Amino acid sequence: MLRRFGLGRKDSKNTAVQFDESYYLASQWQLMWRKFRRHRLAMFSALVIIFLYSMAVFPEFYSVNDLHKRHVKYAKAPPHTVRFIDAEGNFHLSPFIYDMTQKLDMDTLQRIYTEDRSVRYPIRFFVAGEPYRLLGLLDTNIHLMGVDEPAVFFPFGTDELGRDLFSRTMHAARISLSIGFLGMVTSFVLGCLIGGVSGYFGGSVDIVVQRVIEFLVSIPHIPLYMALAAAFPPEWSSTEVYFGITVVLAVLSWPPLARAVRGKLLELREADFVMAARISNMGDMEIIIKHLLPSFASFLIVVLSLGVPGMILAETALSFLQIGIRPPAVSWGVLLQDAQNIRSLSQSPWLLIPGLFVIVTVLAFNFLGDGLRDAADPYKQ
Amino acid sequence: MKSYVFQRLIYMIFLLWLVSIVTFVVIQLPPGDYLSTYISRLEQAGEELSDEEVENLRRQYGLDLPLFLRYFKWFGQVVQGEFGFSFDWQQPVRDIIGERLALTFTIAILSAIFTFALAIPIGIYSATHQYSLGDYIVSIIGFIGLAIPNFMLALIMLYVAWKSYGLNLTGLFSPEYLDAPWNLAKIGDLLLHLPIPIIVIGTSGTAGMIRVLRGTLLDELNKQYVITARSKGVGEVKLLFKYPVRVALNPIVSGLAWLFPSLISGGTITAIVLGLPTAGPMLYRALITQDTFLTATLLMFVTILTVIGTTVSDILLVVVDPRIRMERAAN
Repeated sequence: MLRRFGLGRKDSKNTAVQFDESYYLASQWQLMWRKFRRHRLAMFSALVIIFLYSMAVFPEFYSVNDLHKRHVKYAKAPPHTVRFIDAEGNFHLSPFIYDMTQKLDMDTLQRIYTEDRSVRYPIRFFVAGEPYRLLGLLDTNIHLMGVDEPAVFFPFGTDELGRDLFSRTMHAARISLSIGFLGMVTSFVLGCLIGGVSGYFGGSVDIVVQRVIEFLVSIPHIPLYMALAAAFPPEWSSTEVYFGITVVLAVLSWPPLARAVRGKLLELREADFVMAARISNMGDMEIIIKHLLPSFASFLIVVLSLGVPGMILAETALSFLQIGIRPPAVSWGVLLQDAQNIRSLSQSPWLLIPGLFVIVTVLAFNFLGDGLRDAADPYKQ
Repeated sequence: MKSYVFQRLIYMIFLLWLVSIVTFVVIQLPPGDYLSTYISRLEQAGEELSDEEVENLRRQYGLDLPLFLRYFKWFGQVVQGEFGFSFDWQQPVRDIIGERLALTFTIAILSAIFTFALAIPIGIYSATHQYSLGDYIVSIIGFIGLAIPNFMLALIMLYVAWKSYGLNLTGLFSPEYLDAPWNLAKIGDLLLHLPIPIIVIGTSGTAGMIRVLRGTLLDELNKQYVITARSKGVGEVKLLFKYPVRVALNPIVSGLAWLFPSLISGGTITAIVLGLPTAGPMLYRALITQDTFLTATLLMFVTILTVIGTTVSDILLVVVDPRIRMERAAN
């Protein structure tokens, strides 16, 4: 059973790589792209991430209904079953739904929905609906999906107030995904700056920075996030809270990055190619830009992509605890607030769907980061 | 070795002092203070407070002092083991946090053990069976554990336990055992409630650990000494555990320093969702009611727990790894 490890497998993999002439002429980035492309999971994750971010950019296009509109007739309605086969057993090429009618169970006081199977409502794509302004520039009313009146389409069901969970999830992507990105960029700048200073100057500055980093790394983040987020004044607007959360997340997440940048800088400073460049009379600035930066830019991209999911998870947790993003602004964490106890979960399990988006996003970023790391490692074939 | 431990302990004390400053400053950030919350609550209830009464309350709680004086007053008391008074609970902070911190620590330790017990065998299996079906399956499970938010996993497990076994597993004890004296039945009840928090908190760190172990072990397995040993006829099992696994466990020991803060961190939210009687929910409530002294003390102790955990793991690493030991001795 244990015999299978060893050298054999690795060698057989190496021969599969074709070394033609273009291989030797390819630049560093071209080589990375070649290796990355072979990493199927990472490629797929990259596509998933592009799709998710398209939700963040065009939520109005993806959404079926207005995210704030309360459909009183459909409060706590389960997701529509998308069907291809109708009540008589006939197959239809285009998917359709049946409208639901609400009835109150007088014993349990729960809403019960029954499908009205007399009329089919085909799902129409690229349909005209509520007008909106695309990216704040272009007036349009085209939506990805929709059904004819009087039925209303709820792909993910509705919440207690009868708001469409699907449309809310699409809009929530905007805050959840951009906070991860913005927070990471902020902490990236902080990390590069502080790590760079620490590695470049060395000496006592380095010692102080290292101690601060060790300190920040050794404290538990969530309680501190909570303390900082709970400190936001209640009169802050959604935008202010949004930026506040971003800053809070960034402030605690730069240390690992700074440490890595410093380590890399110390290592590269002594590298032979830097010495060679120095001997051939290259200036410091030129060495940094032409040799040092490219040799760890790939590494920084990896750190970036692996850092985003942590931010998204932290924001989700804070919003879930009602000390993060505040309604009416929506993030995935805000939507998950509705699923806070077993009772609401057992009655309407579909309220957990926004959580699936969190999981998919985090997974995709992790796989992407893995693929990038392998691609960026020149010693890995 | 001794001097290193001593050095590390001195540094830990310095860290602890930093912790106290940071926590106190953090607590001072919110606008207003407990008193203003308290007064507005009284006003909502229809009670009127005169300015004089407000002033008296202010002085009684030391809120009229400037920030740094308040810190020194608080710190002086902390050194004597006096952590101030919880406005919200109307009790000294010292009396209400002890049990909760002990439980927090216990759960963190148990989760760490769970993480190790799960990650080490799986990591070894994944490395020795690279690219096998089993490798893929455990990797996927590990990744899902990494990606699913703690609170969501907790909710789902609660829901499943309730749906399939009819058990309500919130908290650490069923209501009937809450105030009961310790006996076998109560311990049994506790054992029934413990798995969910431990699994939820533990799984988040497992994936990372599996990945690290798998990576280092794969590197080790391709080294010359392994081939040499095999060519000399050393059995596969002995060969695996005698050297490569021991080397590969090193990053895990050093990872302990990172694991501990993340366990406490993850434990906070999980405990809030599960309603565990640990520090997390108490901190959450204290933050919302702006119960200054309680928040500061909890935040401080939770951090102290992690700083101690980090220090212990650092010292452990020196004990385990002869290379680091030599390096320290040389300095």
